[in-house]
Formats: sequence, structure tokens, C-alpha cells
Amino acid sequence: MSHNNLVYALCDANSFYASCEKVFRPDLRHKPVVVLSNNDGCVIAQSKEAKELLELWMCRPWFEIEKEATRLGVIHFSSNYELYANMSNRFSDTLRQFAPRVEVYSIDESFLDLTGVNRDYSKYGREIKDTVMKWTGLPICVGFGHTKTLAKLANHCAKKQPGYDGVCDLTSISTGELQKIMEALPVSKVWGVGSRLEKRLNELGVDNVWRLRNASPKRIRDEFGVVLERTVKELNGESWLELEEVLPEAKQVMSSRSFGQRVNSLQDMSEAISFHVTNAAERMRKKGLYAGAIHLFIQNSPFDQAQYFSAGQFVALPSPTNNTMLLDKTAQWILKKIFKEGIYYQKAGVMLSELVPEGGQQRDLFGFSVTDAKSIKLMNTLDQINDKYSRGTMKLASEGLDNGWQMRRAFKSPNYTTDWQDLPVVL
Amino acid sequence: MLTMFLPLHRSNCKLLGPVPESTLPLALPQYSSKVRAGQSHFPSPAQDYEQEFLDLNHRFITNPPATFLFVVAGDSMIGAGIYPGSTIIVDRSKKAKSGSIVIVDVEGEWMVKRLKKTGRAFTLLSENPAYPPIELQPDQSLIVFGVVTTVIHEPQ
Repeated sequence: MSHNNLVYALCDANSFYASCEKVFRPDLRHKPVVVLSNNDGCVIAQSKEAKELLELWMCRPWFEIEKEATRLGVIHFSSNYELYANMSNRFSDTLRQFAPRVEVYSIDESFLDLTGVNRDYSKYGREIKDTVMKWTGLPICVGFGHTKTLAKLANHCAKKQPGYDGVCDLTSISTGELQKIMEALPVSKVWGVGSRLEKRLNELGVDNVWRLRNASPKRIRDEFGVVLERTVKELNGESWLELEEVLPEAKQVMSSRSFGQRVNSLQDMSEAISFHVTNAAERMRKKGLYAGAIHLFIQNSPFDQAQYFSAGQFVALPSPTNNTMLLDKTAQWILKKIFKEGIYYQKAGVMLSELVPEGGQQRDLFGFSVTDAKSIKLMNTLDQINDKYSRGTMKLASEGLDNGWQMRRAFKSPNYTTDWQDLPVVL
Repeated sequence: MLTMFLPLHRSNCKLLGPVPESTLPLALPQYSSKVRAGQSHFPSPAQDYEQEFLDLNHRFITNPPATFLFVVAGDSMIGAGIYPGSTIIVDRSKKAKSGSIVIVDVEGEWMVKRLKKTGRAFTLLSENPAYPPIELQPDQSLIVFGVVTTVIHEPQ
């Protein structure tokens, strides 16, 4: 195996959403727990006890399995994103003491760059795993490799193969051992290889990771492109994917959600759009950006009995702005144009794009840009009030007050770590 | 800006400094008073001595990712100054020792108790005579959420 000096670790929380719920509920320690998607649609996370009961529950609609799950004593929760985001930050903050550079890859995964940290990685991995458990209560697995792709594969082994006890180091094993491990894994376990690629690879006789590793990079590039070629090189210990410490600047800010119940009046839809504009504009301002264009879309569910309807429109603004009221006005104008009566809408969203940094915006001839001092002050005040109290303390009246279209989260746990009213209670 | 003054009885009080209007982030400036007398525009003689803000988080939360807040519902720890309604700061990264006040799992419920270790056995002590000690069997696992580091109580 060709070695480079780089060493990456991938730390991945086990059943993250379900584990977050368990941290605050000692009564659920050994109970099967599942977490449902937006609007309590389907199962998106299962605790290890729930997985043991039935692996196939993942992604199944909740209403289909509710009866059976309840009979088996499964505890279910709506997604509590406030809690998960907070626990995710605790997790990545805890990791920072172990590596000079950390890339937060997703809500439950972080890469560590351990290049130059000369340690017995199996031991180090155990130390990382134990510290995260002690500090945050979250169980994790750690995988080490000379490339990110190998670290990710190592993490998969650490998670799925009991012998590793949650830590797998591929940097210190012989080629023979590596062959044994890789031959036992289907190619779909490799980072970036989905089920469609897997099928095509299998047809070419590449039916395990070892064979993919030994495939000719040139042939892979000709057949599948440069991305998979890099993956093959990464499997050989040649690092092509670098650690991305800072997330690349967002090219667009999106706010979209499925409705709790179908929406069919223009009034309700208009409120929902105002909500999304407010939400997206607030996030955009946090990044100090201005939108040059706005895109609005509304649709019904492709799974509904009625015919599928989807409409959207993209409008370039005369001049970039970060003013919620102006963006809302534009969005409402688009909505009136694309809204069709008699449809039970299931989803709507707003995307702000063509983002430019502060100062990057140009003035237009027609006075559309209201990025004058007054507007900036108003938006600042709005954001400060909503930061200090809670989201939506101050909002446009067009958002409405009742919000029947809001996401359904009937089984959400308290916001244990982010709301004073929701702190866990101790006797 | 509001200013905190020394009360008449000096014995139990300590001047911390003016209280800022903004409480986020939680901070008390030490010497940055902006009091202006009459029409004077002379710079404050204290300006050069202006110091950092006093940050309660900094004082009471040493390890943020491992720190959690709980609210107390029971009266079993009143002897330790922990009352119903108190907010307690809990640090998971601290090692629970004999004598530590901890959040512990007692039959599926979080309880705040003083931990006592005798040989290999643990006892959970209350600080209220109405509650007898809970003895754990040597084989019974002790599940501690974290160590209580600070009690916040707002007087009535």
C-alpha cells in the first residue's frame, strides 16, 4: 500500500437523532427509540435497540408501522432540530481538542486532520470516543485512514463490525489484512458510490471494495468519470480530497418546508411565503450578504390522488437587497402570478440567490435598492430583537398569526438545551 | 446604562460595576461608566483604566460543550442550598468524587444527590432529613449525568 504522511479520522455519532433524545431521558436508556421526519412522515433515525427489532423500518411511513411499533414498545419522537443542532455543536467542539484541524462534515460527522499527531491511533480513537461520551452523552465511532475516503470506510467497519468496538485504524494494518476487510465489503460502502454506480460496477465484475481499489484508474475514468477515479486513488492511499475547515460560502439561501396540512387558499399560502422570505433573509443577513434574485416555488404532492402540479418563478431584482419587506413584496408579486386555485398544496419555498457581499451591491437607476442607512438600521434592529428573545418575536404582519401551515411535530421533545422553559427537570 | 450602586450596608456587598443594558452576551463592564457631569466634555480620567467585561459564563462555565442546565423540582437538597425552582449548572466533564453533588439516574429519573463512596459501595445522600439515604448494591451500576458546579437561585 502506498503511504502518504496524511492521517484523517472520521468521527461519526451513532443513531445521532435517537441518541440526542436518549441523553436527557434516563428511562429510555435501553428502550427502542425512533425519530420521525418532518410532519412526522417516516422513520429517519433508529436507536440500536430499534434496529435490532426491525432493520427495515428505516424510511417507512410512520402511519404504516405505528401499530406494530407501539406493540413492540418503540418510543417515537418528532424531529427536534433545535436540540440536534445544539448537540451537534457540542460534539464538534469536543473534538477540537484532539486535532489541530476539524472539518464539520455533517450534523453528525466530523473529519479530523491528524497529520503530524504521532499516536497509537487505536488508543487515540478510544480516547476520543470516551471523551465525547463523557462530555456530551453521545456514542460515536472513529475510523482512521490515510485519506478521507479510507477514514470513512474505517468508520463503517468500526460501526458495523463488533470486533472493533467502535474504533478502526486502517493506517496500521498490513496489506493482507486490508485485502480481507475490503473483500468483505460491497462497493456501495465506499464514500460517493451509490446504488446506481454499484450496479454498473458489479456488471463489470467490480463487486467488492478490494476490486475497486485495484481497478485501473484510467479505465474507471473513461467509464465513470474523474470523480470515481479519485475515489479509486483515495482507496489506494493517495489523498485527493482535502479537509474543508470552513464551509464554502453559500451560493444561495433556501427556506422551504412541507406543510403540516395541505394549503389551498391564497391567504394561507401568502403567509407561508412571508415566513420563508423572513427566514431566508435573516440567514442571509447573518452572512452579511445581499440577494440579487429570488426564486419562489409551490407544489402539491406527487403522491396525492390529484394531478401533480408544480409552479415556480425566478425573478432577478433590479439591485441586490437584504431588506425583508422588499423581498417579501417581490415574492408576493410572484405568488399572485403562479398561484392556481383548487389545488391542495403540500410544499412551498423561497430561494435567495445571486448573493453578493456587503458593499458589492450596485445602486439601480430606479431607486429599488433601499439599502440606505434607514433600511439597514431597521433590519439590524429586527434581527437583534429576534436573536435576543425568540424567533418570530417581531415579524411582518403578512406572515399571519395562526400559521396552520406550519410543520407538524406532534411528538417533539422539549428544547432541553436552547429554551429556558424547556430545561430538563431534576428531583 | 444602569449602574449598580453600593448599598448602605457595606459589610456583605461588593461593588462589581455598572450593569449593561444588553445582557447578551452576559457581561458586566468593570469600569466603563459613561456618567457625564454638567456640560463638561473632558475625557473621563478613568478611561485609561477601562477593563474587560465581567462574564458570568466565563466565571461559572469552564467547559461549555460539556455544560448543561437543569431546573430543580424537589426539596431533598435544601440543606445544600438547592431549592425547588433553582437552576443548576452541571458539568459532565468533571469527575464525580465522593462528596460531589451529582445528577444521577435513580430508576429512570434524574435526581440531584450527594455522592458518598464507602469501599466499593455508593450511597446517595439527600440534604433534608425527610429523605433517607439511598444505598446502591455493589453490583448496581451508578449512572451519573454530571457534577453540579453552581446553583442559581433567585430570592423571593
